[in-house]
Amino acid sequence: MSKDQKIVIIDYKVGNLSSIANMLKKVGQRSLISDKPEDIETADKLILPGVGAFDYGITQLNNSGLSSVLNKKACEEKIPFLGICLGAQLLTQSSEEGVLPGLGWFQAKTVKFKFDPTETKLKIPHMGWTDVTIEHPSPLTIGLEEEARFYFVHSFHFTTEHKEEILLKSVYGYEFVSALHRDNIFAVQFHPEKSHKFGLQVMKNFVDI
Amino acid sequence: MKRIRVIPVLLVNNRKLVKTIKFGAETYVGDPVNAIKIFNDKEVDELILLDISATKNKQEPNFELIEQAAGECFMPLGYGGGITHIDQIKRILYSGVEKVVINSSIATNPALITEASKAFGAQAIVASIDLKKSLFGGYAAYTHSGTKKVKMGLVEYAKYVEELGAGEIMVYSIDRDGTYKGFDVEITGKIAEQVSIPVIASGGARNIDDFSDVVINGHASAVAAGSMFVFTGKHRAVLISYPNQKELKKNLYEKL
Repeated sequence: MSKDQKIVIIDYKVGNLSSIANMLKKVGQRSLISDKPEDIETADKLILPGVGAFDYGITQLNNSGLSSVLNKKACEEKIPFLGICLGAQLLTQSSEEGVLPGLGWFQAKTVKFKFDPTETKLKIPHMGWTDVTIEHPSPLTIGLEEEARFYFVHSFHFTTEHKEEILLKSVYGYEFVSALHRDNIFAVQFHPEKSHKFGLQVMKNFVDI
Repeated sequence: MKRIRVIPVLLVNNRKLVKTIKFGAETYVGDPVNAIKIFNDKEVDELILLDISATKNKQEPNFELIEQAAGECFMPLGYGGGITHIDQIKRILYSGVEKVVINSSIATNPALITEASKAFGAQAIVASIDLKKSLFGGYAAYTHSGTKKVKMGLVEYAKYVEELGAGEIMVYSIDRDGTYKGFDVEITGKIAEQVSIPVIASGGARNIDDFSDVVINGHASAVAAGSMFVFTGKHRAVLISYPNQKELKKNLYEKL
């Protein structure tokens, strides 16, 4: 059953958004893909997706005037907000990929995977399915307690000293933070829209918040 | 525990799902969208759909089929076949496909790879290096469904596609395609050691032991298989299958 709520997938011209709408459709939820501030102003929930470079993404948000609208919706109105992949990294303070500041909603930074080449042959980006461990209970992670795995494609990952913001951890060469959570805001590094029943559960949980 | 991607590769000829032997003799397998639905239900890691008739028939990608396929895939999907222009890549990716697979255009329009990599990210561009062993034991890469030989040496060619901007290389052994002889571990390793991007081993998979072999000894980051996932038994009866998580853990991940 489609809940009577307005979920907007923010279109800031950084990649494919139809997979997210398709996954929401599978859980019975209609959504709107939009780049219009007036649609985002009236949303009940927001999803910020994105694939690509950090500075390009944040510039797209700043130049389109969306940054201030997002700040208002997420930080003042406190509506449920989900960042995915680049859209998640943009919620941190900064990224080693770029020079521009992020939205800074989390006391976290985005850093590049660093391996000792004498110890590992792991390639960057980390591309593939990886397990997650839940660091604190949240409405987004209900039902994911056992053997949940997600599809990742990324060269950069979150890091934070604020343990209370860490939602999920994963291992690729070493343990890294794969999701952040504070109040109404969630940031996931992986792609729930491409992660079978596990991603479906995440999207369903987000719809049900 | 390390997971590696196990990827079914589906071949389409004029919208029919087929499976080849050594890029030749084709067996009709069924309806592609139906097969994709079954693979989605089996929770495959990723799927690659290759249209082997598009370039040959000088046709554009079948966008309707691609959109239908993407709508059924709740996992990453790669598409290859007939891609000659950046607008086609954009349309494919925006219909919900994660990656495009480029083969013939590496020879005819290498700038396309660079352009697409800049526009959509290297992770969206897979270069397929289809290779054959000559009678004298040397290897060569091919384009256009194995009909046009690439002059450059194989390893040099692999480095070249990486420099062009490919984010992954699919090393596809034409000699082993559909033969169940196992992957060409040696050549996969030679390429994987010389590039810094992930290599997908393809061509010849017979069983799950071949997967661990090519990952451990051929340094593949992912494995692909066709016949193994669409046929069963020595008479190659059509049956779509995919190992479950228990099998993958026991016979693959825990060995790596």
